[in-house]
Amino acid sequence: MSRPALSAVAPLPAPTGAEPLVEVRDVVKHFPVRRGVFFGREHGSVHAVDGVSLEILRGEALGLVGESGCGKSTLARLVTRLLEPTSGTIVYEGTDITTWSRRRLRPLRRDVQMIFQDPYSSLNPRRTVGAIIGEPLRIRHVGTKATRRRRVRELMERVGLNPEHYNRYPHEFSGGQRQRIGIARALITTPKLIVADEPVSALDVSIQAQILNLLKDLQSEFELTYLFIAHDLNVVRHVSDRVAVMYLGRIVELSPVDDLYAKPVHPYTEALLSAVPVPETKARERVRGRIVLGGDVPSPAAPPPGCRFHPRCRYATDVCRTVEPPLVPRREGHVAAFHHPLNVGAR
Amino acid sequence: MALLEIEDLRVHFNTRDGVVRAVDGVSLTLDRHETLGIVGESGSGKSVTALTVMGLTRLPNAVVEGRVLLDGVDLLALPLHELRRIRGSRVAMVFQDPMSSLHPLYKVGWQIVEAIRAHGDVPKDVARRRAVQALADVGIPSPAERMDSYPHELSGGMRQRAMIAMALVLDPDVLIADEPTTALDVTVQAQILDVIRRLQAERGAAVALITHDLGVVAETADQLAVMYAGRVVERGPLATVLDAPEHPYTWGLLQSIPRLEAGPQRLQPIAGTPPSLIHVPSGCSFHPRCPYAFALCPEIVPPLVLSQPGHDVACHLPPAKRQAIGRRLRSEDDASGGLAAG
Amino acid sequence: MSVHVETEASRRPSPGGPPGGLAAAQRALAGVLGSSMLRYVVRRILWGIVLLFVVSGLTFLIFYAFPAADPAALRAGRQATPQLIEQIRHSLGLDKPVYDQYWLYMKGLVLHFDLGYSYENNVSVTSQILSRLPATIALTAGAFVVWMLVGIPVGILSAIKRRSVVDRTTMGASLLAISAPVYWLGLIALLLFSQDIGELHFLPGAGSYTPLTSDPTQWFFSLLMPWFVLAAAFAAFYARMVRGNLIDVLGEDYIRTARAKGLSERRVILRHGLRAALTPVVTMAGLDLGVLLGGAILTETVFNIPGVGRYAYDSIINSDLPAIQGTVLFGAFFIIVANIVVDVLYAFLDPRVRY
Repeated sequence: MSRPALSAVAPLPAPTGAEPLVEVRDVVKHFPVRRGVFFGREHGSVHAVDGVSLEILRGEALGLVGESGCGKSTLARLVTRLLEPTSGTIVYEGTDITTWSRRRLRPLRRDVQMIFQDPYSSLNPRRTVGAIIGEPLRIRHVGTKATRRRRVRELMERVGLNPEHYNRYPHEFSGGQRQRIGIARALITTPKLIVADEPVSALDVSIQAQILNLLKDLQSEFELTYLFIAHDLNVVRHVSDRVAVMYLGRIVELSPVDDLYAKPVHPYTEALLSAVPVPETKARERVRGRIVLGGDVPSPAAPPPGCRFHPRCRYATDVCRTVEPPLVPRREGHVAAFHHPLNVGAR
Repeated sequence: MALLEIEDLRVHFNTRDGVVRAVDGVSLTLDRHETLGIVGESGSGKSVTALTVMGLTRLPNAVVEGRVLLDGVDLLALPLHELRRIRGSRVAMVFQDPMSSLHPLYKVGWQIVEAIRAHGDVPKDVARRRAVQALADVGIPSPAERMDSYPHELSGGMRQRAMIAMALVLDPDVLIADEPTTALDVTVQAQILDVIRRLQAERGAAVALITHDLGVVAETADQLAVMYAGRVVERGPLATVLDAPEHPYTWGLLQSIPRLEAGPQRLQPIAGTPPSLIHVPSGCSFHPRCPYAFALCPEIVPPLVLSQPGHDVACHLPPAKRQAIGRRLRSEDDASGGLAAG
Repeated sequence: MSVHVETEASRRPSPGGPPGGLAAAQRALAGVLGSSMLRYVVRRILWGIVLLFVVSGLTFLIFYAFPAADPAALRAGRQATPQLIEQIRHSLGLDKPVYDQYWLYMKGLVLHFDLGYSYENNVSVTSQILSRLPATIALTAGAFVVWMLVGIPVGILSAIKRRSVVDRTTMGASLLAISAPVYWLGLIALLLFSQDIGELHFLPGAGSYTPLTSDPTQWFFSLLMPWFVLAAAFAAFYARMVRGNLIDVLGEDYIRTARAKGLSERRVILRHGLRAALTPVVTMAGLDLGVLLGGAILTETVFNIPGVGRYAYDSIINSDLPAIQGTVLFGAFFIIVANIVVDVLYAFLDPRVRY
């Protein structure tokens, strides 16, 4: 199937004239599947991320939404260079870090931190909370033991933990508190970019709200940039300035948050939004108007030809089956990869 | 008389750290053709309630009190061998994670056939045909071939459909679904809820849908019960509870949920953390986190009493005051596009 | 083992084709003979052969570099003159460079299955091993049956009645059985039960082994003690393993589902619980069997059973290099085969594992 080279994303009008902190261009990550008798010829591969171009602007919160298998977690790990891309470039603050070795990347780790989804498994159960939070400083030999300790306690208080609990172990904390520990650990090196991979998915609803508020407060206080990944559209809406929607390793739509939620261009976004259950009594009527996507998400090892979404798309035509739609600006700041925006209505 | 009546259920577990009061006086009813949504966060006791109805909490360290009446028969008093006859055939349960809830080493069809043959002398080929039909009923394509699939060969949505098929194959009177969509993607979630709705309409079963997601409940439930720390704090028809909630916890829940329509303002989380079930706060267990708590609240457990027609609330605040606060919050939220905006 | 990636094709069944059971059988057969499984087996066999080469080379090298005694001198006997020793050395080919010796050896092995001739008595090593094989097989197979029949039910019982008196007793006893060295256990058994030196003399003593074909009754009774002695530690180990696995499995969600379906507790434990708990046990048993078939040296020595293990022991004492190499290769062969069989078996037992 012919795949036209993805045009570079037209520079998006930055919200505040900010320049990009991280730029990702045509990044591809394939995980090979090996077969064969001895050393295994590459039989095929899982196209986890298949040509993504993105800019994360300084000071913004970019939300990344998609369902399981869309590649958002892989993309997160590519942005933080925990993985090396199969092809494409990753540029951080103007420097190309795509092929840097781990050693070269080490100073970068101070600036780019991650918060993980599962507060139960992302903390070492054998270490005290103080040690966990202070470790990034300790391994860089920043300050003395006493100054580090003080800083950890300050940060603990800032994220809403009791500094007296410095010597406690993770299992003595609740899920929400553990997530705060994870946040403190990410903040201790005063990073510039925080990549949060589903940070509230494992938490109770009432705790989610606390953590989301905390993340927003911290963003303005510490002048952070966020890449915020979630599958819950409500949550993403709340935290982000811009939102990118991913499907099968590609970005299908990217736009400022209000615009996306009010007037989605891509049918997948449309379906996602209509699928979100809303706690209102009129919800039942909404159900009748719901767009229920047929079928399941295809496997990332064998993405459909042409537009990846065409097997499940109700607007699909012949061109969709053969030609991959490029990510093209539709409105002010809003790009989408779709052949028939008119069908959805040039709203 | 309702089909299923849970009367003052209490379930306590004796553990090394103390007595866990998982369920502490829960009363609920369920009728045919009706869906009861049970909402609560972790530790609210909703899952333990469901498991107790099925008799799955008969453990050496568990103390179970109260009654669970199915058509007048107390399930809690039944001897195990009779309870087994009811499990699966009259009361069936669907669990949260279909990947871990289906046996990984047996084919899906085999597991459904096993459920059928456990409740009657059904010849294998007849059972097999019924299993295929059950898979077709839940919307699984090529059901005859799917019978020979292992759970890990199916996608998440398919697995959950298979679980529902297995639960409904014997046409039970009551279906309990414990967080059936929590582990699924949102588009798949919509499909699964659709399946449950449709099958209920076709067969007239009573459905208890347990979830932490108010949105899910809003789409599927007729009646709603809100649980906190092992007790029911509010219950009634869906519309009433969502449009005119009268318990501070329900208010807190509705306000703390991020919304699609609302703008990105600050969320109003509920202060504090969910209580430990070993050291449950005295009196009203919500009082440490309640912005409206007053002197009476830590002293006496508020009883679940009628407030509006069909609407029961367990709160010490006078009904008039609750309704006023509820209205005020609703109008505030209306202005910002949240709560019960139509 | 490569990751199994579900392609679209593998998830959706092909349209048409024979119905129901026949299609299932077709699929199963295709799965067995299917290219990926076959490729895997071929791959394992080829690597196995490479491994055998490496093992033979290593043993060869070890004995060449660190001889315990000069085999030519041993052969020559007491009245050895230097010329005689030199003569013998030459006839045995020991004066050739090591790679020449190795080459000759491997040529004989691969072309004729010839493991060389024993320095001790100039008898073909291959024939020696083969003649001793029945005894080892008898000992191993019998012990296997005993330890499985004892260990697994004990494990199940302990798991079901966790923390009860029964459980604590069995686990305590198993700890003893595992800690006791097999030769000590063997000697104690002889002291207690054997007809010649034992207190309660009702079982044949050491050295009383007779082949099955000549005297079945004597064969059986002479092996009873060795079976139980050899099986003791294994039974204990397997009981603990089954207990642990079953306890873990019984806490899984699918057990809860099985109960929710209204199945009898018996069925839940045996059909659902045990099925999942036993898979690793079966593969472990296969491996243990493979190791033992190479010779249960200690047991065979204590009870003087003329098996491969005993032969290995004797040949070590006598620095009989060809014999030692022969038994080592022999043991390695069984272990490699057992490994391959066990891995393939695992794929049948656990459908999630695919090659």
